[in-house]
Amino acid sequence: MSTALLISIISTAVVYAATVLYAAVGEIFSQRAGVMNLGLEGIMLMGAVSGYMVAVYQQNLFLAMCVVILVGAALGLVFSFLTVTMQADQTVCGMAMLTFGTGLSGFLGKSVAGVNADLAFEPIPIPVLSRIPVLGPSLFSQNILVYLIYLIIPLSMIYIYKTRAGMILRALGENPAALDSAGYNVYALRYAYVIFGSIMTAVGGAVVSLAYTNFWSDGMTSGKGWIAVALVVFSAWNPLTATFGAMLFGAISIIGIDVQTLFPSVPSQVFAALPYIATIIVLIFTTGNFGGRRSSAPAALTIPYDREKR
Amino acid sequence: MSRYLRFRKRTSVSALRRVMTPVISVLAALAFCALFLALMGHEPIAVYGKMISTVGSTGGLSRSIEAGIPLMLTGLAVTFGYRMNLNNIGADGQYALGALLCAGFALFGPVMPPVFKILCMFVIAMLGGALAALIAAFPKAQWGVNETILTMMLNYVFLYAMDYLVYGPWKEPGQMVAQTKAIKEKYWLPDLGSTGVSSVLVIVLLIAVLMYLFHTKTKWGYKMEVIRQNPRAAQYAGMSVRTATLLTLCMSGAIAGLAGFAQVAGILHRVQANLPDGAGYTGIVIAFLAGLNPLVVPLVGFFFGALQISSVAVQLTGVPSQVSTMIQGSIMLFVVAGEFFNRYEFAGVKSKERA
Repeated sequence: MSTALLISIISTAVVYAATVLYAAVGEIFSQRAGVMNLGLEGIMLMGAVSGYMVAVYQQNLFLAMCVVILVGAALGLVFSFLTVTMQADQTVCGMAMLTFGTGLSGFLGKSVAGVNADLAFEPIPIPVLSRIPVLGPSLFSQNILVYLIYLIIPLSMIYIYKTRAGMILRALGENPAALDSAGYNVYALRYAYVIFGSIMTAVGGAVVSLAYTNFWSDGMTSGKGWIAVALVVFSAWNPLTATFGAMLFGAISIIGIDVQTLFPSVPSQVFAALPYIATIIVLIFTTGNFGGRRSSAPAALTIPYDREKR
Repeated sequence: MSRYLRFRKRTSVSALRRVMTPVISVLAALAFCALFLALMGHEPIAVYGKMISTVGSTGGLSRSIEAGIPLMLTGLAVTFGYRMNLNNIGADGQYALGALLCAGFALFGPVMPPVFKILCMFVIAMLGGALAALIAAFPKAQWGVNETILTMMLNYVFLYAMDYLVYGPWKEPGQMVAQTKAIKEKYWLPDLGSTGVSSVLVIVLLIAVLMYLFHTKTKWGYKMEVIRQNPRAAQYAGMSVRTATLLTLCMSGAIAGLAGFAQVAGILHRVQANLPDGAGYTGIVIAFLAGLNPLVVPLVGFFFGALQISSVAVQLTGVPSQVSTMIQGSIMLFVVAGEFFNRYEFAGVKSKERA
């Protein structure tokens, strides 16, 4: 395999991973807090379209990202109102969010479909690091949103596993009643994490439209929101494992095209379906209850907290 | 000093309120979407008027019903699972496998008298859907693996399988579109008189009624209700929650698989790329809006079918067709949020002294 090809595979895998990781890390926080948001795809699309529209009409990437964050926060607020305050079924709310986001983004995006923004997050090579052979051009000649995720992953690991706030977060998804007894506001905390997750997801969508493809088309995230959901489960709710998973899924989707020339008899759809099949197998092994072993899923996931039923 | 609104929990909800809240929520959702329509430079009233007149026009009604039929079936499928607290969000994939096996049998299976052939297609589509669901149902029943994620991941597996077949070996030769050949006309279900609506509608309505009777009148329906409310108590009472989980999810899948039968035998008479087109997800919305009542599901399914048909019509006047998806999603969000007013009542504006 030539070096140029290797660089292109790794670098595409990194960008692909970045697009799904924002959503996946956000969802890890949300699910660890006990709320499963299956509407990621819809929120990603809303992030992608709002960022792209601001880029087209205002020609300002900073403003675009501010709007994306606001849109993510607004959708997260709606989702947490429905699931935390109203204690509505999280699957149903997720589907509502998915449908709403897909529809509204397609509707609003019609005006910028096929319009070139002439503006995107360009790669910024990091001095010295970008000159490392192979890894330099593939890892350190990326755009700022990719660099940001390099920071977010270790920070989120430290937050979840090493800080007091992270301990509270984990308790939120395992035993919210205990947390309530200890004087914490379960509702407020869940609101915060769901909104944070939604903002991250919207930013992930903006990575797709403003750094990955640089255009808008209807439904352009093409299942990345679902891949993010898959990653959360695949990684057993761990951001670092999710990163490896995302790289793996990214590599599969890119290498698939090359491998196809080697095995022309294997349909490309097999490669496309691999991440999902892998997730199913991993899900069974990590969360299945085989003779008393504890599942790695947060115990209170999808269960609305009701103080009066304590 | 700050003033704030106070709400208190309702102790009872009147029947009128129970009916009116969703209706008002739907109207509020339409008003909300009107905002976006106006924002993008369209006349909301004209757009809604056009949508309503499309559904009311000759042909519009029958097309709405036909667009609604797969949605009614996925809605019923989801309802069936939910009655035992099982989230089947894999109706898309079950629909796909049902349609593939059904069309495969119709196209390449043995020649038979039409009645038998159609009966076999019916059974095969159900088996296909049930098989797709079984892959999720078994780990759920056996090891307690989350069925929501399992069924969702499986969607992609079956949709890619469908993609492979309609773009590859099963593709109709000489056609630009990715679709299979149409099945032989003698294996088509007849239309209902001259209405242009396939008689498969009767099957759908029959399933809805049977499901209602199953839930309200049979021992099995009662068992499902007990398990839904308290699986542990049901276990102690000697019911096998494991078997019930397995059967319920498979049955739910079988009903979703029938959406494939409805398309192949009744409506489209072939399989085309991305045939389910999110019907499984819309089915969840429909089941919820229908309050998990099988008798209401066909009505809501029709409503969503009408939304799809009318959005195609307004597209000609320059409104993006995504307007229907936007309206669907908004209705859903507003109906869930509207529940607030069933649960809480306004207790006036209170002012709060701050020390």
